[in-house]
Order: sequence, then structure tokens, then C-alpha cells
Amino acid sequence: MAVMHEAAHEEHKLGFLQRYVFSQDHKIIGIQYMMTSLFMAAVGGVLAMLIRMELGWPGARWGLAKWLFPGGFTGDGTLKPDFYLAVVTMHGSIMIFFVLTTALSGGFGNFLIPLTIGARDMAFPFMNMLSYWLYPPAIVVLLASFFVAGGAPNAGWTAYPPLSALYNPATGTGLAAPGSGLGQSLWLVSLAILIVSFLFGSLNYITTVLQLRTRGMSMGRMPLVTWAQFTTAILMLLSFPVLFAAVVMLLFDRHLGTSFFVPSGLVVGGQLVTHQGGNPLLWQHLFWFLGHPEVYVLILPPMGIVSEILAVHGRKPIFGYKAMVASICAIAFLSFLVWGHHMFTSGMNPLVGTAFMVTTLAIAIPSAVKTFNWVATLWRARIHFTPAMLFAIGFVSLFVTGGLTGIFLGSPAVDVYFQDTFFVVAHFHFVMASAALFGLFGGLYHWFPKMFGRMMDERLGKLHFWLTFVGIYATFFPMHFLGMAGEPRRYYSPQMYDFLRGLSGLNMFVSLAAFGLGLAQLIFAYNFIRSLFRGPKAEGNPWHANTLEWQADSPPPHGNWGATLPTVHRWPYDYSVPGATEDYIPQTVPVTAAVVAGGAPDEPPTTDLNSA
Amino acid sequence: MAEIPAATGERRTGRLLASLIVVMIVFGGVGMTLLARRYWWLLPVASAHGVDVDRLIYTTFVVTGIVFVLVHILIAAFVWRFGARGTERAAYWHDDRTLELTYTLVPAAVLVTLISMGAVVWARVHGPAPADSMVVEVRGEQFGWLFRYPGPDGIFGRVDPARISPKDNPMGLDPADPASADDLVTRELHLAVNRPVRVRIRSKDVLHSFFIPAFRVKQDAVPGMTVEIWFTPTREGTYEIACAELCGIGHYIMRGKVMVESADAVQTWLAQQSH
Repeated sequence: MAVMHEAAHEEHKLGFLQRYVFSQDHKIIGIQYMMTSLFMAAVGGVLAMLIRMELGWPGARWGLAKWLFPGGFTGDGTLKPDFYLAVVTMHGSIMIFFVLTTALSGGFGNFLIPLTIGARDMAFPFMNMLSYWLYPPAIVVLLASFFVAGGAPNAGWTAYPPLSALYNPATGTGLAAPGSGLGQSLWLVSLAILIVSFLFGSLNYITTVLQLRTRGMSMGRMPLVTWAQFTTAILMLLSFPVLFAAVVMLLFDRHLGTSFFVPSGLVVGGQLVTHQGGNPLLWQHLFWFLGHPEVYVLILPPMGIVSEILAVHGRKPIFGYKAMVASICAIAFLSFLVWGHHMFTSGMNPLVGTAFMVTTLAIAIPSAVKTFNWVATLWRARIHFTPAMLFAIGFVSLFVTGGLTGIFLGSPAVDVYFQDTFFVVAHFHFVMASAALFGLFGGLYHWFPKMFGRMMDERLGKLHFWLTFVGIYATFFPMHFLGMAGEPRRYYSPQMYDFLRGLSGLNMFVSLAAFGLGLAQLIFAYNFIRSLFRGPKAEGNPWHANTLEWQADSPPPHGNWGATLPTVHRWPYDYSVPGATEDYIPQTVPVTAAVVAGGAPDEPPTTDLNSA
Repeated sequence: MAEIPAATGERRTGRLLASLIVVMIVFGGVGMTLLARRYWWLLPVASAHGVDVDRLIYTTFVVTGIVFVLVHILIAAFVWRFGARGTERAAYWHDDRTLELTYTLVPAAVLVTLISMGAVVWARVHGPAPADSMVVEVRGEQFGWLFRYPGPDGIFGRVDPARISPKDNPMGLDPADPASADDLVTRELHLAVNRPVRVRIRSKDVLHSFFIPAFRVKQDAVPGMTVEIWFTPTREGTYEIACAELCGIGHYIMRGKVMVESADAVQTWLAQQSH
């Protein structure tokens, strides 16, 4: 305690560099993560626009783009096939690892965990700083791959060998694809750096939640957003090391002559490859052992964010708190047992496919429980349609749509048809990408006042929501039908096939919708940047919320809480308690102090630790 | 002041959102599906097991479609009805065991049904091939498909990747193996209608995926492995084979053709190839 108090005073001695650049303050680190992720989102978004340019009008000439991306276009302005694959690969890698993971876990996790549990900072502030500062180097290494011989990797974000593994050290180029040259190595190194960063972060989160909860903050009183971050950190800690191992093994295969993933007897470009004894399926197992928990790493934090927003802006307790916690844990546990549903057509034994079908459809049950709990939270709520609330409701819609299409893909006999078609692209862009993005936007509109001490513009926020909500559905819903018709993903052009001829109109529509969706994000960028400097000053608790972070100043000072730590007396969802004078009762208010008329039987699970 | 006063526009925003959900998602989704059935849909099925797969797809479509519509209507109704107004308070209602149990057990029952149906079809698809099946080998390479028939002896001869030569010996047949002498290597796949076929799938270089949309068949070609599947084409005609696993810059042009014709026509064609 005394040490903490000193830390709060030390703030004044820190120079600019230590306060804002190499900061060990969890709030600054969270904001650093957020800002960097938003920058990367812009990069990933531009790449998405390039993908849609090509798929909407295959082989068309783009004079301006040629000038913007000199290496990627031919002299007459058409996109090169290898650059197309590089763009697809980088769009996926950036959005999944460098935007959604870093923003939702690195950004919100860092900012919110200590504040919502009443801690002054993370358990290991120095390691926290290291965690952030591994992220920019990983970005530099990743983006450098665009500028080396052969360009950025071509093998997709899943980097399946042998395509990604075969490399000619003499020339520095890939054997099976141009991007499998040095670009693929940089991609692997970048990912390895980022994984170390994630591991530092997740170790920190877990320790902080277990060790630094303030008086009265039992696990059963933690807000769902914190439960989600805690569980996500456990997922990351257990799954990312497996990808790290796979990445190192693939680097060894590429540069040191090992053969983990490359079997004997391959003939590539007329040359017999010298590797022998590996198995490409090993990579797929290792990759998806991370890859599936990873999609829950992306969706659990938004689930937590949305649970907070629905309660706060609906002025109503979240419905089924215990079931919400239980389903987060069930989803986290099952997420380790479903990776094989990415491999139904891989040549894996069909019996194993049956087992993975059972686990996959089992994970739909806790997901359904969460969905119905959110919907039940809206029943007899008193909804304030703030931008945060709109995005939270939008999240529920997107999650339902994407979750339901997952039922097709979880059944192997059906998946055989849909695997690697646009149906899959539609599915994960709904359930994981768009839903996670809506969680991110909702969270930003909600916590912006706490992060920066200023309010964002509501009217622009709403406009951003309307356009984004319509844009997302217009972009991704039709992709289901491209998949129904059988269009495979990662095609430079679908025009080679007779059975795909009839899809060009639909593809153009999707592209136009995607451009609109992209443009709508400029409204957010403008609102965000303008509000940073010009937004009206925020009070400490503008939404009248119960959780601890709203009881601190906006923005909270170094050390968060002044001289004494807050004490927690109740669960976080006492909204609209009958008979209470206010329609919210912060967690710091003692139970006896609130007038509760007839609310006693409803008293949530709160064994008071103070009396114990 | 106990509550944040409801902004005057709250109800209007709620009604706009509710309308958007009903018009865009419910009507738009259902309407687009109806439209899609005419223009952007599964190819007419042309294999025996494909009929079962399609039935499973349609069943799943109906079940998920109903849930999709119901949940969205529920969200729209709540959003329409429960926008903040005046100083009215929300209900302090946060647990209901019966309700929660219902919406745990009902989805569970639906999913168990779908799992059982799926398991039956999957077991049939990957069950043992009938004894009278013909056998054919498919080999993927950057960027095309090569096929091999075992010839009258019914045995595939040994292949040696070191012998692969694009012009003379694209499959890399080993002449030292007598079984390879009558093997037929072709660039087109001809199959007999209504006769089950076992397909051995291999790859020369990187991963590919043998995808025949009309047959509802897709199987990765994995370097170093031979994966066998079987199916029965049921309609004569020419069908396209696509590659469904990213295999390099020519992934999108890796097109093949399969001709389904009478058993006699296949025999005639095979006889022509052996000259």
C-alpha cells in the first residue's frame, strides 16, 4: 500500500518520454495499443478495398492504384495475381493479429482490467511496457515484407506448407509462389515477435486479476468485461505458444533444412525438392490449435464489452450474470477442442471429423445462452440509443447471423461443400470480424470519455452506426450466396469457370457495398480525432455506470485512485433497483446505504468479503 | 435527478433501428434468399450422396432461417418497445431459471438432432466403397489436374517423382514396374454414370483441393499422402473441377473437366487413349 502511494507521487518526476512513450502506466499502454491498432485497421482496410476492386472487376485497369502501389500493378494498371494473394494474406494477418487481437485484448484489456478491479496498475508494469513495445517492431517487420524480393507472402493468413515452406536460399525467392521468399520469413518472424508480446500481456492480465482485486471485489462481483478479458488471457497463454512452436518449425524448414512439414518426393517448378519425412497436416493441426481459440480471443472481449454496454445504456441488470460467466468459461474450454472443424476436407480421418462435429455444435449451446441473455436484457429495459448501445445491439444481430451459418460449417458433410468457398468468408466476417469490430466500436464510444476525458460526438457516432450496420450486411450477407453457388475464396478471378459466370453482378454489388463501408469509417476517424482535442469535457461518470472505472476521474490519474483504494460492496449490475433514489448504485456503495424496497429477494450473489 | 432524462429522440431512434432490422435483415435476408435460389444457388446435384448432402443443407437452412428471423424480430420488438421515455424505470429483473433452462435445453435438443443427422450422412459419405467401384487416380499440380486409370490389370504401377517429365512422363511412372505398363494417364476425367468410383487423390507439389461442385465433392490433395474418397455420378454431362485450396498464383485457373457418360462410352474413350 505504502509502495503504491509512493508510485502515485513519482508521476511528477517522470519526464515526457517515460510518461507517454515508454510508459509503464496501464492506461497509457492501453491507449498506445488502441492507437496503433486503429492505424493498422486503416492499413488492413485499404487492403480489403484492393481485394474488392479485383473481385468486383477482375482484370480491370486502375490508373491511380498503379501509382499508389507501384510494385503491385502491371504497366497497364491491372493488379498482378501474386500481389493479389499478398494483399489477401496481409489483410487477414493484419486484421486478426495486428488489429482485433491487439485492440480488444491489448487496448481494452490493459485499460480496463486494473480500473475495473480497483487496482492501481498491472501486476508487472515493466513487462507490460515490454509487451507493447514488441508490437511496433512486429509491424515494421511485417510491412517490410512488401518491399523484399518476391513481395509479401502469398500463402494466406493460414500459411499452409508446402506452399509457404519451399524457399530457395540461393536466390532468396519462393519455389512454389513468389511471396514464399524472404517475405514469408519476415511474416513468420513478425508473428513470433507479436506472440511474445501477447504472452507478456496475458501473463500480466491473469496475475493482475488473481492478485490485485481490491477489497470486496470477489470473482463473483467482477464485471463481465473483466471476466471476458481474464478468460481471453488464459486462452492466449495456452494457445499462442503452440503457434510459436509451429512458426519456429516452419522457419527451420525454410532456412535450416529440417522437414517438419514437407514430405519427400515433391516436384516444384520441375525440380525435385530435397526435403523428406515431413507432413503438411502437422502444420494444420498446430495452426488451428491456436487458430480456433484465437477466434474466441477475438470474440470473448466484445462479448464482455457488449454485456456492459447493454446493462449501462439499457439501465437494467445484465440478465443471467452467473450463466454469462459459466458460458464464457464453457466457450473457453470447448474452444480448445474444436480446431479439427477447419480440417474436415484435409485428409484427416473421417472418424475424427465426427468427434469435432460434436464439440463444434456443443460450443453453440453456451453461445446461444449468451445471445438469449443479451436479448432478455433488452426486455423491459429503458434503452438510451447512444452510439455505444447501437453498436452493442448491432453486435448481437451480427453474432446471431454469423453464429447460425456456423451450424452449416460445423457439420462435416455440409462443410465439404462450403469449405474454402465464400460461404466461409461470409461466416467468419460476420461472427468474428464484424462482430468483433462492433464490439470494438461500441467499446470505444463507451469508454472514450474515460480514456481521454472528453466526449465523442453523438450525432456523428449514430451516423457512423447506421452506415456501418447497413454496409456490413450489404457487404457480407450476399457472400453467403457466392458460397452457395460454389465460388472458392482466394481466387484472383472467378471468370475462368462456367459455373461462376453468373456471379459477376453479385460480386460487383459486394464490392460497391464494401467501398461504402470503407468510406463510412472516415466518419469515425474524423469524430475520434476531433473529439480527442475538441470534444466537450467528460464528467467522471457520464453514463451513470456502476463499475469501478467510472468512479475514478476522467481520465484517471496515475495510480488511478488517489490515496485509498475503492472498496466494493455489491455486484456491478444494480441498475433500476426498485425503491432506490437513483437508477444506478455504484459498486462502492455499501449495501445498507441503499434503500431497497422489496428488492431483497433479488439480491444478487454477493457474499460480502468485508464481513468475512 | 435520479435518471438521465431520456433524450427526446430516443424512441424515434429505437423505432428506426427496429424498422431497419425488420426491413433490411428479416425481409432483406429472406427476400435475397428467394432471389438467390433463382440466380446464385447450388448447381443441380449430380451425384448419389449429393442428394443426402443437399437435404442436410436444406434442413439446416430451414432451422437456422427460423431462428434467424425469430431472434431478429424479438430484438426489433424490444428495441421498438423499450426505448427510454420520461422518467420510467427499467425492470429490476435479472434471473429466471425456467427461462434460462429453456433456452439452454431447446437449442441443445435442436443441435443434437442436427448432429445425429449430420453424423449419419457423414458416415455414409465415408463408408466403404461398393465392391464394383471403378478406380481412378487424381493428381494435383501447379496448375492442373492429371488422371490415371489402372488399365486392364486393375493395378496402379509404381511412380517415382524423380522420373517426372512434363512432356514424356508427367505422372512419373516407373517402367521397371510391370503394373505401370498398362496405366493410362490422361488430362480429362471420364466416369461412367451410376457406377461408383473410388478416387485416389495425390499431389505433386503443394496442397490442392479436388472440388466438383455439382457432385458436392471436395477433398484436399495432400503432398506425401494418398487420400481416397468415393462417390457415384448420377447424371450424364460435363462438369467442372475446381481447385479449392490456395496453391499459388495460378490457383484460380486450375480448372479440370469430368465427363460423365455411359459405361460403353467410357470404355471406348479409354481404348482410344491407349493408342
